[in-house]
Amino acid sequence: MSALSYAVTDSTILLQRNLRRLQRYPSLTLMLVGMPIVFLLLFVYVFGGQLGRGLSGGLTGGHIGRSAYLNYLTPGIVLMTVAAAVQGTAIVVAMDMTGGIIDRFRTMSIGRGAVLGGHVLASMIQSLVSIVVVLGVAIALGFRPTADPLSWLAAIGLIVLFTFALIWLAAALGLAAKSVETASNTPMFLTMLPFLGSAFVPVATMPVGLRQFARYQPFTPVTETLRGLLTGTHIGANAIGAVAWSIGIAVFSYLWATRLYQRRQPR
Amino acid sequence: MSAAISVRGLRKSFGETTVLDGVDINVEQGTVFALLGPNGAGKTTIVRILSTLIDADAGELTVAGADVQRDAEQVRSAIGVTGQFSALDEMLTGQENMMLMARLRHLPRETGVARVRELLERFELTDAAARTASTYSGGMRRRLDLAMTLVGSPSVIFLDEPTTGLDPRSRRTMWESIRALVAAGVTIFLTTQYLDEADELADQIAVLDHGRIVAQGSAEQLKARIPGGHVQLEFADAEALESAGGLLDGAAVEDGKLVLRVPNDGSVAALRGLLAQLDERQIEVQRLAMHTPDLDDVFFAVTGHPTTDEEVVTR
Repeated sequence: MSALSYAVTDSTILLQRNLRRLQRYPSLTLMLVGMPIVFLLLFVYVFGGQLGRGLSGGLTGGHIGRSAYLNYLTPGIVLMTVAAAVQGTAIVVAMDMTGGIIDRFRTMSIGRGAVLGGHVLASMIQSLVSIVVVLGVAIALGFRPTADPLSWLAAIGLIVLFTFALIWLAAALGLAAKSVETASNTPMFLTMLPFLGSAFVPVATMPVGLRQFARYQPFTPVTETLRGLLTGTHIGANAIGAVAWSIGIAVFSYLWATRLYQRRQPR
Repeated sequence: MSAAISVRGLRKSFGETTVLDGVDINVEQGTVFALLGPNGAGKTTIVRILSTLIDADAGELTVAGADVQRDAEQVRSAIGVTGQFSALDEMLTGQENMMLMARLRHLPRETGVARVRELLERFELTDAAARTASTYSGGMRRRLDLAMTLVGSPSVIFLDEPTTGLDPRSRRTMWESIRALVAAGVTIFLTTQYLDEADELADQIAVLDHGRIVAQGSAEQLKARIPGGHVQLEFADAEALESAGGLLDGAAVEDGKLVLRVPNDGSVAALRGLLAQLDERQIEVQRLAMHTPDLDDVFFAVTGHPTTDEEVVTR
């Protein structure tokens, strides 16, 4: 077999291992999916009535009040789901790196990149399952996307690309962490970013300094693009920003993670 | 003769600290080589370098006919490593851990299943195979660890302190497994801080101290390098100790104890002579112990400090 086919075979083998580990550790996935659902319920039912009243019609597709806010909020909650799910990536990567088994993998003739590749693929599946669950809850609450098939396809593509980028970032953070505890904390800033962007309220309502940050940080263009694709709001230049940020984070994080993986000399 | 492991002029520093300072090692195929030394001597560093985990600063290194620095992949496909820390997946069962190795070694499915079944049986893990490894005892983990190493039928196996922390029975079992491997033609590179372990298993022993090999040879050759054994005589009071000390040739007082070390080859004649001398002066001996030379003595003789305390004398 060629080096490439070994890399694919070995990534698949390690993907299966990682999925099995996730099955054995369901509390991790439940905790990570639970968080965005709690925020969804909290914001829709506690703040949603008031917040929805403050939204201009152009942002809500003609809905009013609470249901208007649900439509506004859901795309941001989907991205928050991604941010939460990748905390799991950092944790499982750090668990592997601080345990003994990584040394075994390194002394075996395993396809290049298969160890990290297996983690990234497993996290991808875990994140996408989480998103489906969270979207399901949102739809059950009354979220009504207006997207046509093509927009759905674009939305899925964007979610996959952005998730891929954040997973690599979390994998790098997991590799950089000295302990599993550190690894479970460092990616937490990602779950804060949707708040400091347009996920919960329009950026225009924020004070000047914060507004500048909120407008240009990665979550905002991704949120705006996803919201536009799903509910028909205006996208504009956000699409370019969303794709550029995703690719930028993915490339930077991939290089950082593989470098850390090769350099790391544990114990 | 073909060397399974050949090391020439191996050097490694971590920052300012020189860990390995020109190490030469030659291990012939199908033999057991024991690297002996206290904690911090550099044993694990050598294993990590030879098993391709970290790079050497300098040296000509070949393992199983492949250059460690240039052909790391080829080395990896020939070796198995069982380190000091258990290298298994705690969240998988014994069976799943083994199958993971079989698949990563790209064994055909049938072969893999058969090999895993055979190894689980050999290491008495069949009953525990369906349980997750986190429930295993220390001895079981070590056995699973070694079994996982063996799935790929490696021709050279590195065992870094394979019995540290094991109870005596598990230790025996591990020794038996190692002997069985050697009988099957596998080359074993073993590190240990237990002198009896090296004595028990190894064809060749090298003593590592502060990054240098200070002695090398078979257990017999190493023991021959030090003077014969001695007897230890314990006295009831300082007075008796003192008069016996003046009487016996080459006697040395053990620090802070009422015990005298007297060179003696342990033969009946020599012992009888010693006791006769003491009787003549009516010196009362409370207890007598024989001590034949072992690798502890070798270590002391070649390094100038005991194995247990690396701080006593340096360089």
